[in-house]
Amino acid sequence: MSVASSTVEHMAFIEARGLVKRYHVRNAPPVEALAGVDLSVEQGTVRALLGPNGAGKTTAVKVFTTLLVPDEGTATIGGIDVLKRGDEVRPIIGVSGQYAAVDEDLTGLENLDMVGRLYHYPARESRRRAHELIDAFELSEAQNRPVKGFSGGMRRRIDLAGAIFSKPQVLFLDEPTTGLDPRSRMGMWEIIQGLVSEGTTVFLTTQYLEEADRLADAISVIDGGRVIAEGTADELKAQVGGQQIELTVVDPGDAELVLAVLARHGASEPRTSDDGRTFTVGVTEGPRALESTLTELNAVGVRMHDAGMRRPTLDDVFLKLTGHMAETDTAADEPAHERAGAGS
Amino acid sequence: MTTIAKPGASAVRRPSGLSTWYTDGWATTKRNLIKIKRVPDVLVFTTLQPIMFVLLFTYVYEGVIDIPGISYTEFIMAGIFAQTIVFGSTWSGSAMAQDLKNGIIDRFRTLPISHSAVLIGRTNGDLVINSLSMVVMIAAGLIVGWRITTSVWEGLAGVALLLLFGYAFSWVMAFLGMSVRSPEVINNAAFIILFPLTFLSNAFVPSETLPGPLQTFAEYNPVSALVLAARELFGNVPPGYPEPDVWTLQNPIATSLIGIALMLLVFVPLSIRKFGRVSTRS
Repeated sequence: MSVASSTVEHMAFIEARGLVKRYHVRNAPPVEALAGVDLSVEQGTVRALLGPNGAGKTTAVKVFTTLLVPDEGTATIGGIDVLKRGDEVRPIIGVSGQYAAVDEDLTGLENLDMVGRLYHYPARESRRRAHELIDAFELSEAQNRPVKGFSGGMRRRIDLAGAIFSKPQVLFLDEPTTGLDPRSRMGMWEIIQGLVSEGTTVFLTTQYLEEADRLADAISVIDGGRVIAEGTADELKAQVGGQQIELTVVDPGDAELVLAVLARHGASEPRTSDDGRTFTVGVTEGPRALESTLTELNAVGVRMHDAGMRRPTLDDVFLKLTGHMAETDTAADEPAHERAGAGS
Repeated sequence: MTTIAKPGASAVRRPSGLSTWYTDGWATTKRNLIKIKRVPDVLVFTTLQPIMFVLLFTYVYEGVIDIPGISYTEFIMAGIFAQTIVFGSTWSGSAMAQDLKNGIIDRFRTLPISHSAVLIGRTNGDLVINSLSMVVMIAAGLIVGWRITTSVWEGLAGVALLLLFGYAFSWVMAFLGMSVRSPEVINNAAFIILFPLTFLSNAFVPSETLPGPLQTFAEYNPVSALVLAARELFGNVPPGYPEPDVWTLQNPIATSLIGIALMLLVFVPLSIRKFGRVSTRS
């Protein structure tokens, strides 16, 4: 996106200011699912809201899509006040929630046709568009059979087809690939990238760093109901500090030795991987630090599988910003407090 | 991929209020009609259960329960009609709870439709289910010897009153369906609340036979008024049946209509308001 950064504020298409949403839990102080969220997304771009389970991602999407009224703050889409003029927002947005919102007893075609009729397409137009989407999303298998019994990937594709039925200006995707197998995930990414290339503004949430990195122009990192960092993937990586040295040793017993050496040459606290064999540390002058580290470790006889420099990943960013690793489990349930209040 | 979502080329129409209301209502009704056709549970409950009730009650109790001046079969049919209709209306409750659980309610709520559209489609679905049940029950009743002894018009009025009561009750159940935490709650609650409601009435025995407090409950139970109204319209009131001592049962048709009006006046707006606020608990 080549929009000069100085004009970004004026071009904001999706905008939120100071969103707060509290959930009241019995016998406990209220939980703030959103604790003052500011967001600003330009038209025609893809924004990822990246965060772990319970960070407030779904709550934020629900506010933008008129499903939930926040306790404080404002939200606009295309200059329309989402909270006061929801009726005018709904025709220009498409939403695909965390669970595929399809009727299991209806066929793929019937599901899409119903959505089309509810967007007030005339009967023939609705059918034509439904067929068009079935072709484009390779859903012909589910065209004339009830959705019940189809895979999660298929359901999500039908759901996404429903979300873009009316060619919305903004598409909201809440964890579009959570729970999908790797192949379905790749397929979903391709579809989303196709939509983006046609100019749809996309706002997606994800707990997968890879997904945010791959799909989004800009990433907002959310944790504990607050946006704690924002920027392109590169900008975020730069925040962690330039380069890193990464070493993998043969014998995990050498850990103490390696950590001591890395601490001396690195610019940050060295980190140990879960299996205890890979060690990373941020450095200021990469090649030289790597060379001297290797020389020292060779001298004391530490044998290595692999040694090299790498740029920080979004995982590093996440760890740096939140103090904990991103959860990447596939069970995407939001925590109890989000479940508690959303219904009333 | 050819362009499939290019914004701005949208064909969304925003017709005037009344035609939107009609097309939205039809689109959601169609959804429920397809489900009736495709979900075996619904068809079984709709057709087999009423037949079972007709046969069970008439053959099992006919010999033990003696209603002077009329066969038990003729006495019981209005009761079976009312019970089946009341239970038939719980589909709206479990369906709304199910929609809420699996997320499709979020899809509906982000579409440019009125808050009433989905509810209208759902309650229409119950009306169709109950109409099917009525046809089956009437056929089964005629086979075992039940007759409408008044005119065709009064008979039709009786059927209409039962269906209208069921339709109004569907709105009550739809509201409850959106208020509970899971579809199972609705199904269990239906048994815990609706069985006493239909049995503690004059549906299966004359309410005078019930002990003190239960008799009072039965006299003011709206199901009693509905059953008695149907009995009057079908001409199934036993000769010499004692004149009820409460207004509600002295004027059962008026009482039923008042009950229907009250349910609609209270629960249509409540349900529509509720629909505008619920969202899937994810």
